[in-house]
Amino acid sequence: MRRSVRVQAEDFDTAAEIEAAGAGRTDVGAVASFSGLCRDEAGTLAALELEHYPGMAEAEIDRVVDAALARWPLLAVTVIHRFGRIRPGERIVLVVTASAHRAAAIEAADFLMDFLKTQAPFWKKEHRTDGTDGGWVAAKDADDARAARWK
Amino acid sequence: MTKLVYFAWVREKVGLAEEEATLPPEVATVGDLLLYLRARGDGFAEAFAEPETIRVALDRVHAFPEDPLAGAREIALFPPMTGG
Repeated sequence: MRRSVRVQAEDFDTAAEIEAAGAGRTDVGAVASFSGLCRDEAGTLAALELEHYPGMAEAEIDRVVDAALARWPLLAVTVIHRFGRIRPGERIVLVVTASAHRAAAIEAADFLMDFLKTQAPFWKKEHRTDGTDGGWVAAKDADDARAARWK
Repeated sequence: MTKLVYFAWVREKVGLAEEEATLPPEVATVGDLLLYLRARGDGFAEAFAEPETIRVALDRVHAFPEDPLAGAREIALFPPMTGG
């Protein structure tokens, strides 16, 4: 089992992370990934400020990874979540899962993202292109509903 | 002493990132703590005006209003999470 959880300010290399999930082994038949990017909200968003709870952010992502490993036979899991100031077009989060077969890899990546959004202690604040403070992004009921699907 | 830590708009409203506090013995559960903090007034009254919206972690593990504080050393209070 190759497992990596990283909470960092720095950017990451999506292609290299996907490649690493199946590298140096011959039992992986499926690699799935999800990349979350900062969008510009029709040109109104200058940047997102991502605040996190150091220590708990890593621990909570680890608990979500443990839950995924209990449900699917994964051969590799990588989760990277950035914090700090992130501009439109830049990467925020990456989930990579590898398994022998497609369904496990795809479902586990979906599950990991649902619980990262609703359980990992990160908060987004918007900075607008007109110089105003866009305030804190509100949690969405739709995200809770997606996470509840896995009960 | 208990370390209280605040994040996002809870941090902004209370005007503190963290503090050391001595909690009275009658503050036994997470729900009790939210009402106790709201009663401190000013920014605390504003931050905890709707205690049911606030999430709490005891020693970096999510907790529910009915959970006992049980001697937690670090208690974090924050809005619903919006990462990902």
